[in-house]
Amino acid sequence: MTGQRHSVSVKAGGRLFDFVDERFPSADTFRHQLNKVFQKHGSFLLGEVALYSFVVLLLSGTYLAWFFDPSMETVTYDGSYTMLHGIEMSRAYESSLDISFEVRGGLLARQIHHWAALVFVAAIVTHMGRIFFTGAFRKPRELNWVIGVLLLTLAIVEGFTGYSLPDDLLSGTGLRITSGIVMSIPVLGTWLHWIVFGGEFQGEEIIPRLFTIHILLLPGLLLALIGVHLGIVWYQKHTQWRGTVSRESNAVGVRVMPTFAAKSGSLFTAVTGILAAMGGLLQINPIWNYGPYKPSHVSAGSQPDWYLIWVDGAARIWPAWEIPVVDYRIPAAMWPTVVTPALLIGAALCYPWIDKLISNDHARHNQLQRPRDAPVRTAIGAMVIAFLLVLLASGVNDIIAHVFDISLDGLIWAGRIGIVFLPFAAYLLTYHVCRALQRDDRKVLEEGMETGIIRRYAHGHMVDIHQPLAISDGEAKPLQYSGTRVPKKANELGLAGKPVPGGLLRPDPPAKSESQRGEDGGES
Amino acid sequence: MGGTGDGERSGANGQQNQPADGKELFRLGTARDDVELRRYHYRWPEQETRAERRARRHVLYWWALTVVAGLGAAVVYLVWPWEYVPPGGEGYVWYRLYTPVLGLCIGVALISFACGFIVLVKRFFPDEQAVQQRHDAEQSPAEDRATLAATAAEAANASQLRRRSVFTRAAGVSAGALGTGLGVTILGGVWQYPWETTGHDESTKDTLWHTGWAQDGDETVYLREDSGDVHEVTLLTPEDIAAPGLMAVVPFRESERDDPEALRKARERADNPATLLRLPPGTEVEPKAVREGMNVGDFYAYSRICTHLGCPVGMYEGRTDRLFCPCHQSMFDLRRHAEPIFGPAARPLPQLPIDLDESGYFIAKGDFTAPIGPSFWELEP
Repeated sequence: MTGQRHSVSVKAGGRLFDFVDERFPSADTFRHQLNKVFQKHGSFLLGEVALYSFVVLLLSGTYLAWFFDPSMETVTYDGSYTMLHGIEMSRAYESSLDISFEVRGGLLARQIHHWAALVFVAAIVTHMGRIFFTGAFRKPRELNWVIGVLLLTLAIVEGFTGYSLPDDLLSGTGLRITSGIVMSIPVLGTWLHWIVFGGEFQGEEIIPRLFTIHILLLPGLLLALIGVHLGIVWYQKHTQWRGTVSRESNAVGVRVMPTFAAKSGSLFTAVTGILAAMGGLLQINPIWNYGPYKPSHVSAGSQPDWYLIWVDGAARIWPAWEIPVVDYRIPAAMWPTVVTPALLIGAALCYPWIDKLISNDHARHNQLQRPRDAPVRTAIGAMVIAFLLVLLASGVNDIIAHVFDISLDGLIWAGRIGIVFLPFAAYLLTYHVCRALQRDDRKVLEEGMETGIIRRYAHGHMVDIHQPLAISDGEAKPLQYSGTRVPKKANELGLAGKPVPGGLLRPDPPAKSESQRGEDGGES
Repeated sequence: MGGTGDGERSGANGQQNQPADGKELFRLGTARDDVELRRYHYRWPEQETRAERRARRHVLYWWALTVVAGLGAAVVYLVWPWEYVPPGGEGYVWYRLYTPVLGLCIGVALISFACGFIVLVKRFFPDEQAVQQRHDAEQSPAEDRATLAATAAEAANASQLRRRSVFTRAAGVSAGALGTGLGVTILGGVWQYPWETTGHDESTKDTLWHTGWAQDGDETVYLREDSGDVHEVTLLTPEDIAAPGLMAVVPFRESERDDPEALRKARERADNPATLLRLPPGTEVEPKAVREGMNVGDFYAYSRICTHLGCPVGMYEGRTDRLFCPCHQSMFDLRRHAEPIFGPAARPLPQLPIDLDESGYFIAKGDFTAPIGPSFWELEP
């Protein structure tokens, strides 16, 4: 019975395969892709999380676009949210309220979309951190790093345009600030503002324009760049950690079919599920509480989405330095909000070549470095993180001041002083921690692991007993450091044994043969 | 072929449907793709052990949860009361729970499906360690590079472009011209001249230099409260604000009274909002010749739009007479005509000259003392 059904499906599959192969003779290429070997390390999932949140964004965004109307026409609200009855607002804001209150499940879709956007950028940033700190961007992968930085930039702009669409008080305040940022650009600022906003702030153009950019232009660019990004990874193959089997010339892991594909498919399902649960359980951006945008209104504690808080923080702590140029002026706001982000993105784009200057390493690398083995790079990364964290903390300093009852002026000064000194402190600290970790690894390789046993001799002398990792002729044999993890505890060598197979309540009866192999992962 | 005896064995009893030579062909395929299976064991060579049954149940429990949660999502979507109920209304709690429960059902369905699948992969898929040779050369072979370069050079020669450089130059010029034409056409649609004068006469250029408070003819401009119903006009007298206090105001002209569109526009224009302040009696404001006569006793009016990045400066610290912007924390000292004293703002808030008309209502005597809002290049220092 099952055999028959099986052979029928095999026949159908065979016919389909022949149909394709007669038109595109490609069995060899296709088999090659199924047999492609992928790296297994957990940190390699971050990029996949970004990819899958992007898929969720495309799907939920398409759904939302069926109901959203970016029109700036003034309407009087009479929907089911009674608190805003009779209030005049833009059609854009009204249709955002309608998605939240009139569309069944619409609020869930909105919240999933917003959470997915936050997770998307967060996954990109952590993925970028993984690539940076392990040196995965080195030759031959510099161009894919550049594409990645562009993807991050586009993702942030895409997030901001989406955040601005509902035309509620919070997003309108964000647009007001953006207007000021555009105006702060010397010479061109006013002209650019008139191009972008179609006149003085706010005008009727900006939201419909942002809508087109948000649902067509930027998603299209993101999709194209993601395609190139993945294509390059596929072509160049993943990097991998050093190890007993790993070489510069090979790729160690599992083949696409079946294991990698199944795991990656599960990850997609899990990411979607987590975003759906977050969208249901965790309220985000309750626009009905903010009310429509009004230029004379603002609420305290207005913050942008997390990935732009650092720009807001920079705007807060930059001093009021306006520079006169003959009869003109360079507005102070340009430095924190235009120059700083541009310099950071520019430095990130150039980093693979900066790294070559620092390390004088122009070779190809398929194997990763442990962060401790590239102390300067790791310290630079820590410096950038410290810089961004000070700005981020300054971006929420009003909330810190409120919650912890601290002087706000004091926090602004803390931010101003912190931004000068903390990145350097982070650099020095990280550099020395890396060096200390290197020394610690080498000490274990030379002298062995600490056993925790201290022997005291009769004459009072105490010796800390070490377990050498290798012995030759009864003597501890010093090992060379090979860029991999060094075991520091006896358990890591499996000396503590393994749990007995069994259920929650009782162990399994002793096996008839070596049938427990599947249970403990197999051993070759 | 060697080294994976375990896989061979399970191939014999686990995969009856595969043709006898399937395993060999599979090995041939991996060899062709330069993949060495260093470890490739089927799980559970011996079936129906306690451990295997347990692993199977583990997968199936997860997928049973998927069925329950998936159907639950459909039921919740269809029957749960989802229509808005105001707080305190009957069924408010049920309404509030609609989105969380729906999201939870969909989420649990997806997550449990993924968990079951991952358990399946970990417990039933082969334990595999594959090693593939990369074959990524430093560069393409020298011959390939040389022939490619020659092909490109031949293309340049054969098309005469190299010999007759006038073509190259002419092509460059025409491409530039074409680009300019296209650029102008595309940009032209969104291009605007920022200094266009509209509405007012030539001497009071509009746009960034002026706001809705600018005097247009002799008509009196009143201070109108900026709150409540957009069509209701509330004019203000000194009794309307207790000291220390403040109120957001927008301009109003009698001719607009029956024009709902104009009334709305006055409140929507982003450069209109001003703050009418009443300082505590006896507050000493540093005298300034150019600002003389712009206040009415303890009443002062300033632009509400921050000179840093345009947020409304709406918080009044009564104890120190300072205005505070919640966005980037600029502070303006009201005892010194709203000079910035802390934070990123560099310019004082422009002042609105005010007076009282014969019936005791606040009126504006002219536009703000300077352009309002964020600084820009053309603004003289």
